[in-house]
Amino acid sequence: MISLVKHILGITLLIFSFAISAADEVELDLRQISQQLVGAKLKALPVIIKQFEAGGEVALPMLDAMLKGRLFIRKSDKLIVVGERQENGDYALMDALSAESLTALPKKQLKKVKVNNRLRMQLRDIIARVTLFSADPDIRESAVRNMLNKTSKDNIAMLEQAKNVETDSSVMELIDLALAINVLTTSDIQAERLSALEIMDGSLEPIVFNTLSTLLAQDDAGNNLEADKVIREKALKLKNSIQQEIDFYELMEKLFFGLSLGSVLLLAATGLAITFGVMGVLNMAHGELIMIGAYTAYVVQLLMPNTLEYSILVAIPAAFLVAGAVGVLIQRGVIRFLHGRPLETLLATFGISLILQQAVRSIFSPLNRQVVSPSWLSGSWELNPIFSLTYNRLYILFFALLVFFILQLVLKRTSLGLNVRAVSQNRGMAKAIGVRTEWVDAMTFGLGSGIAGIAGVALSQLTNVGPNLGQAYIIDSFMVVVFGGVGNLWGTLVGAFSLGMLNKFLEPVTGAVLANIVILVSIILFIQKRPRGLFPQKGRAAE
Amino acid sequence: MSTIRNQFSSLHDLREKAPIFLAVLFGTTIYASVCNLWVPEESIFHVTTYTITLLGKYLCYALLALSVDVVWGYCGILSLGHGAFFALGGYTMGMYLMRQVGDRGVYGDPLLPDFMVFLDWQELPWFWHGFDQFWVAMLAMILVPGLLAFVFGWLAFRSRVAGVYLSIMTQALTYALMLAFFRNEMGFGGNNGLTDFKDILGFNLQSDNVRVALFLCSAVVLALAYCLSLLIMSSRFGRVILGVRDAENRARFIGFKTENYKVSLFVYSAILAAIAGALYVPQVGIINPGEFSPLNSIEVVVWVAVGGRGTLYGAIVGALLVNYAKTRFTAVFPEAWLFALGALFVSVTIFLPQGLMGLIKDKRSVTGKLFFWRKGRKPEEEIV
Amino acid sequence: MTILEDVKQAVQRRQSNFFSAKPPPAVDISHQVLLYVEGLSVSFDGFKALNNLNLYINDGELRCLIGANGAGKTTLMDVITGKTHPDTGHVYFGQTIDLLGKSESEIAQLGIGRKFQKPTVFEEQSVLANLELAMKVNKSIISTLWAKLSPSELDWISQVLEIIGLKSQYRMLAGALSHGQKQWLEIGMLLIADPRLMLVDEPVAGMTAQETERTAELLTSLAGDRTVVVVEHDMEFVRSIAKTVTVLHQGSVLAEGSMSDVQNNPAVIEVYLGEED
Repeated sequence: MISLVKHILGITLLIFSFAISAADEVELDLRQISQQLVGAKLKALPVIIKQFEAGGEVALPMLDAMLKGRLFIRKSDKLIVVGERQENGDYALMDALSAESLTALPKKQLKKVKVNNRLRMQLRDIIARVTLFSADPDIRESAVRNMLNKTSKDNIAMLEQAKNVETDSSVMELIDLALAINVLTTSDIQAERLSALEIMDGSLEPIVFNTLSTLLAQDDAGNNLEADKVIREKALKLKNSIQQEIDFYELMEKLFFGLSLGSVLLLAATGLAITFGVMGVLNMAHGELIMIGAYTAYVVQLLMPNTLEYSILVAIPAAFLVAGAVGVLIQRGVIRFLHGRPLETLLATFGISLILQQAVRSIFSPLNRQVVSPSWLSGSWELNPIFSLTYNRLYILFFALLVFFILQLVLKRTSLGLNVRAVSQNRGMAKAIGVRTEWVDAMTFGLGSGIAGIAGVALSQLTNVGPNLGQAYIIDSFMVVVFGGVGNLWGTLVGAFSLGMLNKFLEPVTGAVLANIVILVSIILFIQKRPRGLFPQKGRAAE
Repeated sequence: MSTIRNQFSSLHDLREKAPIFLAVLFGTTIYASVCNLWVPEESIFHVTTYTITLLGKYLCYALLALSVDVVWGYCGILSLGHGAFFALGGYTMGMYLMRQVGDRGVYGDPLLPDFMVFLDWQELPWFWHGFDQFWVAMLAMILVPGLLAFVFGWLAFRSRVAGVYLSIMTQALTYALMLAFFRNEMGFGGNNGLTDFKDILGFNLQSDNVRVALFLCSAVVLALAYCLSLLIMSSRFGRVILGVRDAENRARFIGFKTENYKVSLFVYSAILAAIAGALYVPQVGIINPGEFSPLNSIEVVVWVAVGGRGTLYGAIVGALLVNYAKTRFTAVFPEAWLFALGALFVSVTIFLPQGLMGLIKDKRSVTGKLFFWRKGRKPEEEIV
Repeated sequence: MTILEDVKQAVQRRQSNFFSAKPPPAVDISHQVLLYVEGLSVSFDGFKALNNLNLYINDGELRCLIGANGAGKTTLMDVITGKTHPDTGHVYFGQTIDLLGKSESEIAQLGIGRKFQKPTVFEEQSVLANLELAMKVNKSIISTLWAKLSPSELDWISQVLEIIGLKSQYRMLAGALSHGQKQWLEIGMLLIADPRLMLVDEPVAGMTAQETERTAELLTSLAGDRTVVVVEHDMEFVRSIAKTVTVLHQGSVLAEGSMSDVQNNPAVIEVYLGEED
């Protein structure tokens, strides 16, 4: 086993060294060229710069820096460096070719490489060409996308050149689109323009929409800027259909955010649905159990600093256990003695929530802590230019549903679940037939609290972790449970997602704060209408 | 027979209980006032103005506790949102005081309070009109919280929302109001609230005499509220309320519209809380949305629980004790106050469900004594 | 939208009697029938607690309802007193007053009193206060705020105390009474309300034989002036008081008639004793 690992390691190193040596060669070449910059006159520069094109991508940072006027010559050894001004006025430096950072220097010890507008144009062209013919299709794609709204003659020529050698279909499409936009805006031939519009059809690139809008615009006197009526009509049709799609994706985005908020609410409320819905105990420290879960994620991360990628996977069971244990402690230590006195239970657990908050403040400081997201949770899934789903929200959505269904299984298929349901429906009878109600109570409470802990881990991926993290969630979770119907987990599911949606659809209209208020008020009114929620537990036993 | 009729009259309780309470209350407040105004500062008997203001604050808290006790102790409605009524009362007073500042503000605008000038508002919002008149402010102080309590209570009690549901709803109410008042657009000074008051009814708020007057005023209002609540609670109305608390269905089936009783009591209680807030603001000199925070409201419940709910004086004693402890505690170890408060919640509910008053009194139920207070009367005594 | 309408309606209702109650309308008993229950159905989650039930109670009658557990006796009382709303059917008090849609307190003020299966009294208050609250007086907020016991009212309380045998315990807390005494107190609260119709759910549970006898005596003496409907499991007790017995089975009326009629009714025998071979 170990030898195998060594073997693989060896091979990897080998490949690495090859790659490095190849890059080194180009760099050496470029370094020679770049040294020509030292002391060169402005007139001589274009010739020098031209040579960089051969260096391909390795020269890109240097060209880019030059374009932005950040390329310097270190006076002491004439090294070409990229400098960035720091707060104290000195320049942070790095080697223009190897990107190795160097000690910062004051301005006096540097000499700026001069550029003028002609040079800038030349630089842009070179950069565009270099990226346009990059080996990486993603870089090519972004190069084309950059050119979409800068369709100069040179660029078009370049794009046409690129089109001949392009192999990647999505880059190809983009190139076609750029060319089509160019044709539409510059050509006089109706047929050409119509077919250009044909190519633009269905594209969601913002530039397409903008081009069409400009095309259809009217001057102050109300005359159409575009004289050709056929083109205008076709463009209008196109614009409308794109508008429809944009509206559609905006709706989808709202839906996604609603679902995302719903999943957070679901995670937060599921635990409460068990402790309140099944056991009838309103645990005001529920939010603090969520907070404990989030802090567990933070601590797990501190404990395994070298494997941050996977710490979150360890944190989930850890948070379940820690929050569950705290829950069992609360149940055994306090709630047990207040059986049948719901208002007192509410007060006592509120006291516990104060203690837990202050404890966290004393141990971890009142400042917010950050839990780093692993790379597989960051970034987003881009479905098209205007619609993308962030991975963390997407995963949390699936995770919430997973937790929910596992919980359903536990309640429906295990003996613990059977006992829990028995105790919740008729405590006395359950006791009489030998169910250890005390034990079931503790386990149920532990289960609900553990799920709160898991919710905390999920939340730690969305926000910072602080002592007040859980505070807001008790009211929200309670609303979800009451709205869905107490004692009905499916109700909680529906309740969480509908409240999440409602919130996200109201927000653009009313603003976040007012949306919160509107939802609170409407739930109060809803309870007027249906005191027992959307999906009430029916039957005489529930009365 | 006439003794029984007497015991069923409200005045009976008033005669029995109020004198002791009033004597203690006015004894201490007048003593403190005299020691502040007429005893020279060097004397060890001198009471500083700071202490007077602190005591005045305690009295306002006591009145707030009384209002919570009226609904929770007597009717079983655990409100976790009475801080909202307190704060609303405070804001009406704050608006009056703000208008009294006139052109003495930082920006010197004769009409607009400073924060509006700062927000670049051109004119006074409609709901600020009239607040330069004291009576308008006082009317609003009664009407606004009263109306809110009526609408909320009417909606909640009509659909028979009770128990923890009601408690969470009240908490959500104050939470929603807190969010709303934090917004600058609401026109109540946003985050900073209303502050930098100058004078009340033409008297300088900073002067010792006015401070003492406000302090005494708080004591008088507390005494009035105590006596009025005692009268109400020992009337037949009070007995209906107790009945609603213990067996609401029974009360319904003998013909009481319990929702109406609960709403009326809730409104009465909200008004008491609002008056407490209005007395509080000129003494502490500021009102901000923090007063709406759910923690504040639930803290009041703990005062009542510590003192003993269902006894009016218990709520008052609890408020004074816990707040004194808080002042002391936060001065010595500020970190530990939340631990202490949390522990107080847990220990009172588990070990002292009847509060300190329950501990002091004998085993007989506290509420039962409302009717048969006099000792030495034998239960076998014939009725006719 | 519907919420708004609800609110509007309720406000209109409220305005008339938030603080002061209207006097209840007179009961029209021109056809000698005090209570009409017609086509009543109630279901809980698929379970039919009442199934197209018809019942007519004459004015001044003493009627016993019997039936096994789950036959719908308590649900019927719940519907009559406004606690449960039926899916279909009508309940009329006299010829004119529709009881459905009225609240519990309105129905109580019409003169329908109810004793629960489990004795329900105000445990934290004295026996005297319990009776005072149950008294037939104006129950509006304003009048209870100013109410004082008049000598005649006190007299009336004292009489009721005598009847229910709690005269020496009048200042005890109701919660401190024994189970049987609580039953008596609840009956006393019924009496003092002077209702037109009394619905009595299992009055003798937890009573001694002697007390049971007294209860039987009391209930028979009340009939005539008032109408009494008794739900009871104790067949001896039912036999001792009942003139007319109604047997409920699975939410509808199985048989009605005198005790001996009912006992010989084949359907009843089948249900209670099983089919004879």
